[in-house]
Amino acid sequence: MLLSLFGGSDMALDDGLILCVVGLLIVFAVLAFLMYFIAVMSKVVGGRGTAPAPAAAPAAAAPAAPAAPAALAKGSCGDVKLFDVDDRTAAMLMAIVADRLEKPLNEIRFVSMHEIEE
Amino acid sequence: MNITETLTNLWESSGFANLVDIRQLIMILLACFLLYLGIVRKFEPLLLVGIAFGTLIASLPISELYHPEMWTGTSVNYGDVLAKGGLIDLFYIGVKTGIYPSLIFMGVGAMTDFGPMIANPKSMIMGAAAQLGIYVAFFLALVLGFNGNVAASIGIIGGADGPTAIWLTKNLAPEYLAPIAIAAYSYMALIPLIQPPIMRALTTKKEREVKMEQLRNVTKTEKIIFPIAVTIITCLVLPSVTSLLGCLMLGNLLKECGVTDRLSDTVQNALMNIVTILLSISVGATAVYDRFLTADTLKIVFLGLFAFGMSTVGGLLIGKVMYKLSGGKINPLIGSAGVSAVPMAARVSQVEGAKANPTNFLLMHAMGPNVSGVIGSAVAAGFLFAVFG
Repeated sequence: MLLSLFGGSDMALDDGLILCVVGLLIVFAVLAFLMYFIAVMSKVVGGRGTAPAPAAAPAAAAPAAPAAPAALAKGSCGDVKLFDVDDRTAAMLMAIVADRLEKPLNEIRFVSMHEIEE
Repeated sequence: MNITETLTNLWESSGFANLVDIRQLIMILLACFLLYLGIVRKFEPLLLVGIAFGTLIASLPISELYHPEMWTGTSVNYGDVLAKGGLIDLFYIGVKTGIYPSLIFMGVGAMTDFGPMIANPKSMIMGAAAQLGIYVAFFLALVLGFNGNVAASIGIIGGADGPTAIWLTKNLAPEYLAPIAIAAYSYMALIPLIQPPIMRALTTKKEREVKMEQLRNVTKTEKIIFPIAVTIITCLVLPSVTSLLGCLMLGNLLKECGVTDRLSDTVQNALMNIVTILLSISVGATAVYDRFLTADTLKIVFLGLFAFGMSTVGGLLIGKVMYKLSGGKINPLIGSAGVSAVPMAARVSQVEGAKANPTNFLLMHAMGPNVSGVIGSAVAAGFLFAVFG
């Protein structure tokens, strides 16, 4: 039985080590179980494979001024129309706004973006 | 009327005459320093200002606001507390009974979007790995001579989750509540300073530059089922954690179900703010000089920093493994967000990713491990409570 280096502890180090390993394994096991549960739930509920919405993440903002959008994906807040704004700038602006508002991007609706010329 | 006698009595009844121990003065100065950190340096001000002020008013002699002797021992006489306790003794009932951490968790749940985690469930593995610091710090605390229950409370600092740390500590080692809570919240505020050097040291530029695929949309049904299922599964495995995770998931359900908007709003704002005030003052007041100014506090400060670092390392290492397994599609930087300081750790991942590649947007991807970390640290706390409680 290994004792604490500085004495005083009521627990042997080898017991502590075992407890660490078991504890970490339990955390992994519970989260892994939840992970598989989510994967199964997504398949059953039908969420998996749903196309991401244009405004749901910055990279998705790439298509500029889409002409006639098809039916929007679930959770989407719609398309954003870009006027004289490149995709990269638009994506960055949306990410900044979401970050500042502390809201997920798919809960914020960006209607259009115009570059204001001074 | 004897003026001299009156002035003498006044002096003797004042706090100045009762400032007999230099450590009382040190605590007052420490409280002012914490106020400086909270107000000027903006270190978790919503909590640190209350904690520091609680420390300040409880450190003033004969203030009679808080009586630590009422809270020692195996059982508390709540009749005594109600009849003879000071203002902070009454506030502290909420800490001792575990009400405040659970209500804070309800607010956190109502403010958290689990969508990124549901969209990419693999990110939960990173949230689990980022609990490494809890157990490493626990083991190191044993090495340094702390008892098992105290070591468990110190280790939980590595979970980077204030309410969880407070909940576990008040159950296992209430005499260490102040140093552990202050260390936990201080390090959470310092995450933008603690994590980046570790992130850069453990990842290559190529790894940091990885742009991740956009997350899929998560349906409302999934978001509603999720908190209910997590409550059932997790609380069946670890019943001791029901008060924390149950409240976290209730808050989230109120937000997602769409029929309780008023309740969700109250939990996120009014209730959260009220509980934050009561919790922070109560925790700060427990920093009584003869218990706080000890070598153990210094050890806790060191172990807490180590725990944060190791949790970051754990998340990053699993992130690197997933980078390899996914053929370079997962940016390992999001692993460090597995420490559950929401959303600060995810923001750090975003900032570091953007430094490596300005077109990189990791924020939403990092939110997956980030919110997984909240569940992971609660599970770790539940396990430690089951062992030592």
